[in-house]
Amino acid sequence: MLNQELLKINNLSTSFQIDEEYYAAVDDVSLTVRENEVLAIVGESGSGKSATAFSIMGLHNRGKIEGEILLQGQDLAKLSTSEMNKIRGKDMSMIFQDPLTALNPLMEIGVQIGEVLLLHNKNMSKTERRNYAIELLGRVGIPRPERTIDQFPHELSGGMRQRVIIAIAIANQPKLLIADEPTTALDVTIQAQILDLMQELKDDLNSGVILITHDLGVVAEMADRVAVMYAGQIVEESDVESIFVNPQHPYTRSLLSSIPATDYAQDRLHVIQGIVPSLKHLPRTGCRFKERIPWIDDDAHEDHPVLHEVSEDHFVRCTCYQHFYFPDENKEDQANGVTEG
Amino acid sequence: MWKFIVRRLIITLPQLLLMSLLVFFMASLMPGDAFTSQVDPSLSPEAIEEQRERLGLNDPWYQQYGRWISNVAEGDFGTSTAHYRPVTDLIWERMINTIWLSLLSVIFIYAIGIPLGIISGRWNDRLVDQIITGYTYLGFATPIFIFALVVLFFFGFTLGWFPTGGSVASGLEPGSFEYIMSKLHHLLLPALSIALIGVVGTVQYLRSEIIDTKQKDFIVTARAKGAPESRVYNRHIFRNSVLPIAAFFGYEITMLITGSVFVEQIFSYPGMGNLFIESILIRDFPVVTAVVLLFGLAAILGALLSDIILSIVDPRIRIK
Amino acid sequence: MALLKVDDLKIHFPIHGGILNRKIDEVKAVDGVSFEVREGETYGLVGESGSGKTTTGKAVMGLNNITDGDIYFEDSHLNAKKGKKIDVRNDIQMIFQDPYSSLNPRKRVIDIVAEPIRNYEKLSKDDEKKRVQELLERVGISSDSIMKYPHEFSGGQRQRIGVARAIALNPKLIIADEPVSALDVSVQAQVLNFLQDIQKEMDLTLFFIAHDLGVIKHMCDRIGIMYQGRLVEEGLTEEIFNNPQHIYTKRLVAAIPDVDPRNREKHREFRSQIKEEYQQSFYDYFNEEGLAFNLKQITDTHKVALPERG
Ligand SMILES: Nc1ncnc2c1ncn2[C@@H]1O[C@H](COP(=O)(O)OP(=O)(O)OP(=O)(O)O)[C@@H](O)[C@H]1O
Ligand SMILES: Nc1ncnc2c1ncn2[C@@H]1O[C@H](COP(=O)(O)OP(=O)(O)OP(=O)(O)O)[C@@H](O)[C@H]1O
Ligand code: SF4
Ligand SMILES: [Mg+2]
Ligand SMILES: [Mg+2]
Repeated sequence: MLNQELLKINNLSTSFQIDEEYYAAVDDVSLTVRENEVLAIVGESGSGKSATAFSIMGLHNRGKIEGEILLQGQDLAKLSTSEMNKIRGKDMSMIFQDPLTALNPLMEIGVQIGEVLLLHNKNMSKTERRNYAIELLGRVGIPRPERTIDQFPHELSGGMRQRVIIAIAIANQPKLLIADEPTTALDVTIQAQILDLMQELKDDLNSGVILITHDLGVVAEMADRVAVMYAGQIVEESDVESIFVNPQHPYTRSLLSSIPATDYAQDRLHVIQGIVPSLKHLPRTGCRFKERIPWIDDDAHEDHPVLHEVSEDHFVRCTCYQHFYFPDENKEDQANGVTEG
Repeated sequence: MWKFIVRRLIITLPQLLLMSLLVFFMASLMPGDAFTSQVDPSLSPEAIEEQRERLGLNDPWYQQYGRWISNVAEGDFGTSTAHYRPVTDLIWERMINTIWLSLLSVIFIYAIGIPLGIISGRWNDRLVDQIITGYTYLGFATPIFIFALVVLFFFGFTLGWFPTGGSVASGLEPGSFEYIMSKLHHLLLPALSIALIGVVGTVQYLRSEIIDTKQKDFIVTARAKGAPESRVYNRHIFRNSVLPIAAFFGYEITMLITGSVFVEQIFSYPGMGNLFIESILIRDFPVVTAVVLLFGLAAILGALLSDIILSIVDPRIRIK
Repeated sequence: MALLKVDDLKIHFPIHGGILNRKIDEVKAVDGVSFEVREGETYGLVGESGSGKTTTGKAVMGLNNITDGDIYFEDSHLNAKKGKKIDVRNDIQMIFQDPYSSLNPRKRVIDIVAEPIRNYEKLSKDDEKKRVQELLERVGISSDSIMKYPHEFSGGQRQRIGVARAIALNPKLIIADEPVSALDVSVQAQVLNFLQDIQKEMDLTLFFIAHDLGVIKHMCDRIGIMYQGRLVEEGLTEEIFNNPQHIYTKRLVAAIPDVDPRNREKHREFRSQIKEEYQQSFYDYFNEEGLAFNLKQITDTHKVALPERG
């Protein structure tokens, strides 16, 4: 049985102004996150992952947001800043990429955790806040919380700071936790610890998690569902197994084949040609990805690629996945693919 | 922190030594004898030579330096060649006046600079900011003595709201209420002139510091906690941006003390700067030497004060 | 044959403190490391942040003061105290971690790439320009970009410019310090492929520093695992990944995320099992100070840091 829907995003578009005009960095994105579920958003740098997360949190001060962002039925996109402030840090919270810069360098750790408690629990006393902050630090695996609470960020290692940030994020038992590249700045052993911690906390709090990353290994370890984003759009979305075992969209397949595998030897990694176009130069009509797979015949592409449900709960944009092939693959096999499709 | 302060104090000693040596050699190059002023340059060469010998001026320099510096340490700067009074007496009252002027200027600078910097940084590129930035450009471009002259002419002479010279009206009982008010009245115009021009650095520094801090990741963290804008600004942005300003306090004071030279001259305010210029004009070298030494001392102590304040406000130094 | 031989290398950085800022302690960034890099191979150095990888690499480049130990390159003693110092620095070059900050933003590409050439050779302006253009083409960057600035390039392109600079003097050994850590997966793939190509083309030996084991496994023939300034294990890539002996190596290998979500539970269990084993048997593998023991040969190619038994 599926869990309760927690967050439902309908046709979200977030645009930024560049030279007088608005350009959509997030373009017509719809997503659902359920309780106790991890939704991963993956894609290359610049594909709009953070822009989506910041839209949900209402942290874009200059962006134009259209569409619905329903958190437990309430449309966040319609709320005023002060109404959002009652929700941010309480019902939903965020973990940031760079633990070295995400904490105020001139404030004790305890004060920074205390702040989020103070903001949402007016009747908690100072000592109660302090004691609870110590408890939180212990919970995220900081060895001597009574000491750490009076320390400043620069006295802690990167991994420890990320734990502090997680402590801040979970302080008010949020329903929704958004983690934007939570382990990118950390090395493997610390990454594994942080991921295990997030998993554990999610189970305890029954929260929904949006995990943003470009590390597919992290996705495979953590996610229940995966949305692959390219140039502001979702190009494929499904449960984690389908994405890894049966990827359909050329972009998903390209990403997967560009990571060095650890279980078998491969000679060469696949390289996705070109780069993600900048916001201003995104193709707005026709296909956005086709310039990065130039060996595919132009006739194969659609003019208005839309998401199709190719099998139950597996959505893929457009149809040319049916005849996509990698340049080093045998073209004969592909020809068969075409006739079959 | 204590280690840092002690270490900082230790560094100050060689600084003081070096500065006093520099002043000593500068003074040795002046005609006559700037240290004791007992050699009259108008005497015949033979007589001078005899006097020099008697006063020990032909001793090796380090002996002379040693004698001079120990006198200075006891507060003896020799005798003024123009006023025939001990330099120390002459300087003492002037110094008090200059310190008052600098203190008031600093208070004005912070009272004007911090709000302007904050407003301009918070609403950067809006109209208010453009006005304030425009003002700071003007302030940079205007030489202080021209500005002071204009202020003096307008408020002092034309409107007659403020006295045009001196530090206190005559005939008042020192310590009485009227006496203090009169002092303030005399201070106000020069202090404001200094502050209005001197503030531009503080405003620009604070503005760019705030704009910088606004973009920091930890500000996004604060917003993500649900902190209202007012709190984000007061607790995170302003606090982090004003701390470095606090640390400049010492430098600011030094700058003002040494920078008051022109302003005191224009307002005929009897401070050290005023004394300095007068003494140069009448070649009263013992006084010039003493004033230069005190300015140097102020610079070194100001830097020391700033570093100590910084070590107190910045945890990254305080912890060590 | 060993191209590079590092013998019992120690690099200790002084920590200054106290009132007079005297040396009060030291960081043993590298504390007795020995290994050989053979001609034509790719040798990988892995370990967590702060384990001393960069310090080792820099020492080979001559960028760090060596506290103790010896470094030989093609049988010449690089850190000989007496006698003439042999300058082999045009034979050894380094590529740095962050393509965004390792190139001077105010210099043009031509000046960046030509810098090592200018230090070692005297070329006319025209010859120099020709040489830089050749180098750029070799790394797959259009030769008419020589007047551009680093910010006009993408991360992958910048890293290629760093490589162009590194190969300008036809080095024999390239030390690549986390060359892809700051890059996106797809750009990472591009740079890794390219490094392999250039290695083949120029007969290069690669000394590859990273903390991503997936990347290390893909690139390297042999691997050394570093922990707190010492090597805990060294062996062929297969040995390290399929038959790790030291608990720290096991822990590192277990920490690599498995890209098959179907193995997730199994993998997580395995990881927590290793973690438990690590905590329980810590003192079987590390001395009282928590440092690794000396390496012992267990097969021809495989060495592990284990205590003396018996
Ligand atoms: N505030 C903004 N103003 C203008 N453009 C923006 C803004 N924020 C993001 N963009 C643009 O929107 C696009 C998507 O950016 P976003 O930060 O969401 O990417 P991302 O997928 O999170 O990438 P990364 O992996 O590098 O974090 C980029 O082209 C970026 O330049
Ligand atoms: N110049 C230096 N002075 C003092 N200590 C140093 C210096 N350089 C490095 N260290 C210390 O030596 C240790 C090893 O650092 P090193 O940079 O070699 O680690 P690393 O393995 O490259 O780590 P990373 O993965 O973070 O790059 C660290 O504790 C570091 O703080
Ligand atoms: S037309 Fe082809 S390249 Fe474009 S979105 Fe569809 S599948 Fe992708
Ligand atoms: Mg991002
Ligand atoms: Mg390093």
